[in-house]
Amino acid sequence: MMAAPGSLLRADSLLLSLGGRRVVDRVSLALAPGQWVALVGPNGAGKSSLLSLLAGLRQPDAGRVLLDGQPLADWPPRARAQRLAWLSQQGEAEGDLTGADVVGLGRLPHQGLFGAPTAADTAAVQSAMAETASTAFAARRLNMLSGGERQRVLLARALAVQSPVLLLDEPTTHLDAPHQRALVRSLLQRARSGAAVLAVMHDLNLALAADRLLVLQQGRLVADGPPADAAVRQQLVVVFDQAFSIEPVATAAGPRWVAVPAL
Amino acid sequence: MSTSIARHGAAHLPLLTPLRLGLLLGLLALLAGACGLAAGSEGWSWAWHDDAALIQAIRAPRTLGALAAGALLGLAGALAQGLFRNPLADPFLLGSAAGAGLGVVLVLAAGGALGAWLPGAVLHGALMQGSVVVAAFLGALGGVALTLLLAGGAARPLKLLLCGVVVGVLMGAVSDLLLLVSPEALRGRHVFLLGTTGFLGWPAVAWLAGVLALVLLPALHLARALDALVLGDASASSLGLRLPVLRLLLVALMALATGTAVSQAGLVGFVGLVAPHLVRRLVTTTHRALLALSAATGGVLLLAADVAARSLVAPQELPVGVLTALFGGVYLLVLLRRQGSAA
Repeated sequence: MMAAPGSLLRADSLLLSLGGRRVVDRVSLALAPGQWVALVGPNGAGKSSLLSLLAGLRQPDAGRVLLDGQPLADWPPRARAQRLAWLSQQGEAEGDLTGADVVGLGRLPHQGLFGAPTAADTAAVQSAMAETASTAFAARRLNMLSGGERQRVLLARALAVQSPVLLLDEPTTHLDAPHQRALVRSLLQRARSGAAVLAVMHDLNLALAADRLLVLQQGRLVADGPPADAAVRQQLVVVFDQAFSIEPVATAAGPRWVAVPAL
Repeated sequence: MSTSIARHGAAHLPLLTPLRLGLLLGLLALLAGACGLAAGSEGWSWAWHDDAALIQAIRAPRTLGALAAGALLGLAGALAQGLFRNPLADPFLLGSAAGAGLGVVLVLAAGGALGAWLPGAVLHGALMQGSVVVAAFLGALGGVALTLLLAGGAARPLKLLLCGVVVGVLMGAVSDLLLLVSPEALRGRHVFLLGTTGFLGWPAVAWLAGVLALVLLPALHLARALDALVLGDASASSLGLRLPVLRLLLVALMALATGTAVSQAGLVGFVGLVAPHLVRRLVTTTHRALLALSAATGGVLLLAADVAARSLVAPQELPVGVLTALFGGVYLLVLLRRQGSAA
């Protein structure tokens, strides 16, 4: 199958079973440059598993992922890592590295193990840290930072790759409202400058600000479209067991949708 | 980036500390021993030729050998702790210690069995000593190879550790069986288990230093992979690293460093465990500097233990491994207590 014109990353009928349970069930999707896409679904819907399949960190039982039209498995790891950055859900990092060391690792795909940092690497690290407001943590040990501070450093690490495809697993975890806003702005900015951004979002109001929503339920993609699409919003409410309603609000930036808990 | 440059510069300063300490201890090591130098009694002059010969033939190679063996252990310890992301990982994991022990017992038992036909000079001379060294080295590498084989490669660190434990137990049992059949090997194995720097001559120094250079250079180049592993396996893979290959390379370097040190100095414990700990307490650094500093600190630690082993009960000598174990044990205990009170 040919990749759809203009899609950076494309998944065809991905299937993954874990412990006898289908966690990703025949999911097909395409990510185009310039779009910020939010992936949502209840706990255990398979969001993280789908993301790791898209990132090539796990092999699907069936189906395939194409990056720039080439099967992901055919890409040399380093070349793939230059085109596609991934941020894990739980920041596992526990060592003695400083913030700047960690963000610098984002340049590893460009430098290789044997290369020294170039001016471009330094600039990428600095701008990624500025973007997530983590410059102040450059010289501090990662394991001495708070959850939110650490998340901003790890996020800067993913942004520092400067890859055209960005896959982020719950990037707003631990972030307070101002930093959530900053994150969404920087994702939008990345998308507007030509990247394909896919982020698993826990906060539905932030997800409703995305260009496009992917709604996952029990491993299946049950809705795919912009929040303005009434069918997508309806599916979102159903998938989350009517726990909220989605209401329109008028903002200075135009009409928006918000999730209101049904108490 | 300014912070990185500042830290990079700062990383050279702590390296100077173990180097200075090493120099100082090295001088001390040339003077210390069962047979003290003549200074202070009849003056330096008449005894100088004897002293120079003593220093050149025994104390100089012993000093340099202790530095190099300690450096190998410190480096292997830093590699192990980075590879397993565990600050308590020890270079003697993965079957190298038990393998080396079994190799030594095999040679000693074979020597005992051949004793009826061979002249004593052969059994107790350089040939026997050389065989023990080679057997310990091959045993250490064999132990690690068997661990890798059982674990199906180095892709899964936990399985690798468990297989290392199994290999350790099995090889220990085989050693014990052999000792039942050939009890005369017991004493030799005991000396090996205690660890000693007393037999280090110039050929040993050449070998230890050569392997140190051979292991240190690629290790420093792979250091950023250890940094990336701090983020977790999945993140490191997403950065384009081939983890199974990298782990195999790191295990091979660790085995080579440990096998070489063990074959020359026996099972000197705790140097590999404590050296990276000490470094991490003093500086915050990436793995590149951590590896280099751990090597330097390991060298200084073993040399310090060696000087103490020669001086504390002179003219007798203590096995150096006993001192490193004492120091290491107390150090870890203090560390645990501090962590306990901080928690």
